Amino acid sequence: MAGLAAAFGSGAMTNSIEEFEVADVILATGTNTTENHPVIASRIKRAVKSGKTKLIVVDPRKIDLVKYAAIWLRQRPGTDVAVFNGMMRYIIKENLHAKEYVETRTENFEALQACLEKYTPEYVEKISGVPASDLIKAARMYAEAPKGSIAYCMGITQHTTGADNVKTIANLAMLCGNVGIEGGGVNPLRGQNNVQGACDMGCLPNVYTGYQQVANADARAKFAKAWGRELSDKPGLTIMEMMEGAHKGEIKAMFIMGENPMVSDPDLDHVGASLKKLDLLVVQDIFLTETAQLADVVLPAASFAEKDGTFSNTERRVQMVRKAVNPPGLAKPDWQILAEMSTACGYPQSYNSAEEIFTEIATLTPSYAGITYQRIKNVGIQWPCPNAEHQGTKFLHKDSFSRGKGLFHAIGFIEPAELPDEEYPFCLTTGRVLYHYHTGTMSRRSKGLVQRYPESLVEINEVDANKLNVLDGDMLMLNSRRGTVSAKAWITDRVAPGVVFMNFHFDEALVNKITNPALDPVGKIPEYKVCAVSVQRAG
Amino acid sequence: MANELKVTIDGMEFSAQPGQTILEVARANGVFIPTLCHLQGTTNVGACRVCVVEVENARSLVASCAMPVSDGMVVKTDTPKVKSAQRMVVELLWASGDHNCLTCEKNGDCTLQDLVYHFEIEKPRFPMTSPGVLQDDTNEMIFRDLNKCILCGRCVRACNEVQVNEILDFAQRGSKAKVGPAFGMNYIDSDCYFCGECADVCPTGAITFKAARFAGRPWETRKVATTCTYCGVGCQISLHTHKGKVVKVSGKELHRQPNFGSLCVKGRFGFEFIHDPSRLTKPLIRREKGGALEEASWDEAYSFSGKKYQEVIKSGSSAVAGLASARCTNEENYLFQKFIRAGAGTNNVDHCARL
Ligand code: SF4
Ligand code: SF4
Ligand code: SF4
Repeated sequence: MAGLAAAFGSGAMTNSIEEFEVADVILATGTNTTENHPVIASRIKRAVKSGKTKLIVVDPRKIDLVKYAAIWLRQRPGTDVAVFNGMMRYIIKENLHAKEYVETRTENFEALQACLEKYTPEYVEKISGVPASDLIKAARMYAEAPKGSIAYCMGITQHTTGADNVKTIANLAMLCGNVGIEGGGVNPLRGQNNVQGACDMGCLPNVYTGYQQVANADARAKFAKAWGRELSDKPGLTIMEMMEGAHKGEIKAMFIMGENPMVSDPDLDHVGASLKKLDLLVVQDIFLTETAQLADVVLPAASFAEKDGTFSNTERRVQMVRKAVNPPGLAKPDWQILAEMSTACGYPQSYNSAEEIFTEIATLTPSYAGITYQRIKNVGIQWPCPNAEHQGTKFLHKDSFSRGKGLFHAIGFIEPAELPDEEYPFCLTTGRVLYHYHTGTMSRRSKGLVQRYPESLVEINEVDANKLNVLDGDMLMLNSRRGTVSAKAWITDRVAPGVVFMNFHFDEALVNKITNPALDPVGKIPEYKVCAVSVQRAG
Repeated sequence: MANELKVTIDGMEFSAQPGQTILEVARANGVFIPTLCHLQGTTNVGACRVCVVEVENARSLVASCAMPVSDGMVVKTDTPKVKSAQRMVVELLWASGDHNCLTCEKNGDCTLQDLVYHFEIEKPRFPMTSPGVLQDDTNEMIFRDLNKCILCGRCVRACNEVQVNEILDFAQRGSKAKVGPAFGMNYIDSDCYFCGECADVCPTGAITFKAARFAGRPWETRKVATTCTYCGVGCQISLHTHKGKVVKVSGKELHRQPNFGSLCVKGRFGFEFIHDPSRLTKPLIRREKGGALEEASWDEAYSFSGKKYQEVIKSGSSAVAGLASARCTNEENYLFQKFIRAGAGTNNVDHCARL
């Protein structure tokens, strides 16, 4: 999200889910929407079927959305910047860009233009494998649409160039005047139910709620006063840095709420070693996860069905979560556990209800200031919602960007950190499947989902399968410089020759044992989408 | 409005917009017209003809769901002619299947049953004939009994026009007509995505939710409106609970932003984890480093943590760190960072969404 914040001044989905149905062109890239955000995918498919909307898919995999696409660009994994730079160069050359918009609403255009010079369609084809003629067609289609929307997800961000990828997409959208209009925008689709909310609530090392900077003296003073404590002005550590700190003995106590880094992190052995070194590890969760098993204290939490509160969805909509059943045994809602733990650690806190906490949030957070439980009883409100009369905000950056002018970034193409070579000739890319979620702790406990997708599969192209003498369902062994995993082969043209795909839901086939922990320098996101592996038939 | 139309329904004059159907105008003004095949947001097919009304100067009864209003139109919804035509439709549908409400999951929440009652039909005048189709009980999510199918086509339109999953269609015609995946396949053998939309919109007990079977009658269950816990779409869902357990998740009761009743397989069928026997139910602590996790009371867990924390904090605030969660609520994430920032005095707080 750092990439978007740099370009626009705010890192959230600019437009709303329902606006996909009024876009003239939707460019979907790095999002396997039908599997990860199925209900949004339905909207996109409906828009296409109505005949009003054209779809461009830019994705290395032949995902289900490709069936609905007017144009599909299958780039080599990790070459996104080259593809979008190529589109932009062509758009400017053909004079298809929104000149007045660029002039009045953005800055740094000249630097962008200069950096694009070498990305001719032919050069881009050489880097990415996307045919020059398709690139031109896609560029035209997006640029000529009155309202063009871009949707993206982890396929864009989980790269060592993740922030660059996002900035490049922001460049493209601004170049065509598509930010700040209904049906347009740059729309990161959030993978987990409340990622947006966790960020909005300041669970990031450098900001309080509503992205108020800890380095800003006024913000700090406001929170210090409300919370009755002196506050540090030094931005904290990111998750990967925390693990490093724990490994070195600098971090001695960790509190983990509802997360399982022992399965989701890249380079899992390192995470395990780090967590074991802590003097105190407190984990609150609904299951005894791999991470909880390493803890000194494990606290039983209530699930979403057993407590009240709010989630903020991918389109910034704050919505109610309501208690339907009692938590099992002695389990309690996390907010209750936190208040009691905080008290036990010398900072007394006490609340009678989740609503009481929400009221405190609203007083400290300008973008949530106008939201109350009463107002979102039936339909959620999209922030920013600054006061009790405000109806919420459907799309951002209408007349000006959060940062004033939209900022173009001149970004050159950089190869992924690890490329296939003789020893590891395949490119491994990872992601999710429709029937499972994250580390599988919830989805794998549902009979139906397990029946439909019982075990991990490696997607491999027929050409490669033939070369390796592999049949559908044979066990495959994938090796990288970091380790080995095995899973069954699924022979499919969803992946191109030379590429294999695996999901990360199954702990029997922990793909993150072999992914590359190389981080994006800005977003600190690991490169889950590209690493080099060798593939063999097991046994 | 510039080109507002005037329409008279049952002697009352209403204003309407061009393009609105008779049914839409009637519903908007609280006039009841029964429907079965009509499904909001999809093509108006006018197939079941239970929504017929009389329109002045029209030669025959018209299907109100498919007929656009025109200025000055005069509509009657409650004449004997209308009533007997509607009644006949319901009677024929009832007789055409195996509608044994005693064990049907839809008992009490079935549109066909409601209409039979509405028209006070004690017994159809026609012989009841069950089509004798095999039930589809091959998957863990959706149960199909096409002997209760009235061929309204709502499931077909939901699958093709709402979800655009393009699995269901009509097969064959006339008395052999059937709805289902291609080639008469069972759901599990087809490409079905198990979004469950077809079951949510089926007006009868032909497509129902497996987990809800014999797990509580509709009037015994409590419905709680909440937000799905899986992806970031944040679908509005209704949790149906019975005897303290979630037995079903539906979307149709909450036709609103952002999903307007649609769900996916995870939101719809991924709820069993809530009552999984391996849920944590008691605090656990590791009293000795290297020892096992053992059960403890909440008080002991807190004082144990508090004591260790006090030792750590002596070496400075920056020895403490916290990972919050994209799964937990806003309120919890807020409290979490407040605890780390104000309590421990450090900004070492992050969450796993980078991953
Ligand atoms: S569950 Fe969904 S995809 Fe499957 S048949 Fe029903 S509507 Fe279609
Ligand atoms: S299965 Fe249900 S929704 Fe589908 S046609 Fe039959 S009665 Fe209508
Ligand atoms: S029902 Fe599916 S699409 Fe909707 S929020 Fe849940 S996981 Fe996402």
